[in-house]
Amino acid sequence: MRSLGAALLLSASLAVQASDLDQRVERLARELRCVVCNGQSVAESNAQLALDMKALLREGLAAGRSEDELRAELVQRYGEQVLFRPGLHAGTAPLWFGPLALLAAGGLIYWRQARREGPVRKGPA
Amino acid sequence: MKLSALLPLALAAALVGLLARGLLQHDAQAEPPSPLIGKPAPALDLQRLGGDGTAAPQGEVWVLNVFASWCAPCRAELPVLGELASQAGVRIVGLDYRDTAEQGAAFLRRHGDPYALTLLDPQGRGSLAWGVTGVPETFVIDRRGIVRLRHTGPVTAEDLQQRLLPLIKKLQHA
Repeated sequence: MRSLGAALLLSASLAVQASDLDQRVERLARELRCVVCNGQSVAESNAQLALDMKALLREGLAAGRSEDELRAELVQRYGEQVLFRPGLHAGTAPLWFGPLALLAAGGLIYWRQARREGPVRKGPA
Repeated sequence: MKLSALLPLALAAALVGLLARGLLQHDAQAEPPSPLIGKPAPALDLQRLGGDGTAAPQGEVWVLNVFASWCAPCRAELPVLGELASQAGVRIVGLDYRDTAEQGAAFLRRHGDPYALTLLDPQGRGSLAWGVTGVPETFVIDRRGIVRLRHTGPVTAEDLQQRLLPLIKKLQHA
C-alpha cells in the first residue's frame, strides 16, 4: 500500500514537471515566428520546421538551458526575424521609433496648419 | 500656391515609389538573407550515409547541399550539382533531410550521386543548425570555414554559371 502511494506521488510529480516543461516550451514558441509560414508563431504552426524548432526548445529546456540562450541560438541561425519582438539596437531602431517619428511629424504639420488658419470660423449655414 | 502645399503630394509619390520598388524587385524576395553569411559554418555531427566519420572538409572551398529523396526539385538539381563538382573541382557534402538511410541511398543510386559524402539528418537537427527553411538549399563555404553564400531552391544551370561558379572560382584563388 505504501509503495503504491509512493508510486502515485512519483508519477504525479513527474506529470507536473512534464506539463511545466510543456508550458515553458509553449510560452517560448509563442514568441518565435515560424519563418516558413506567414504570420504564424512556432507554437501555432504544424509545419515541419516549427515542429523541429519546438523539439529543439523542449530538449534545450529539459537539459537546463536558459530561454535567452535558446532564443539567441535561433536568432543566430534564422536572424532577428524569428522573433516577434525584435530586440532594440541600431538595426531595428527605425522599426521601434519609425511609427512614433511619423506620428510626431504628422502632428507637427497639423499643428502648424491649424495655427496658420486661426480659430475655426463658422461658415455660412 | 505655396510650395509647401505640394508636400502631401510629394510624400504620397514617395510612398508609391517605395511600394512599387518592393513589388517589382522579385529577386530581393527570392533570396532571404541568411544570418550565417560571414560566420563560421555550424558543425555537422551527423551519421554518414554508408560509412563512418563525418568530418566536413577543411582548408578548402566546399559546398553543402540540403536534399531529400522525397523532394522533386532536389532530383532536378542533381545533374547541375554534378556539373558544379566537376567544373569547379569542389567537394559537395549532401545533407539528407528527414529521410531514411535506405531511401537516401536508393535515391542517389537511381539518379546519380554528386556528393563527396552524404550525411543523414533524420531529425532535422543539422538543417536547423544551418538555418535551413526548406529543401533544396545550398551553401558555399570558403577555405577558412566561413559561410559565403546561401541559395534557396534548386540550383539551375543559370545559377551555376552566374552565381556559384564565379564565387567559387574567386574563393579558390583568394
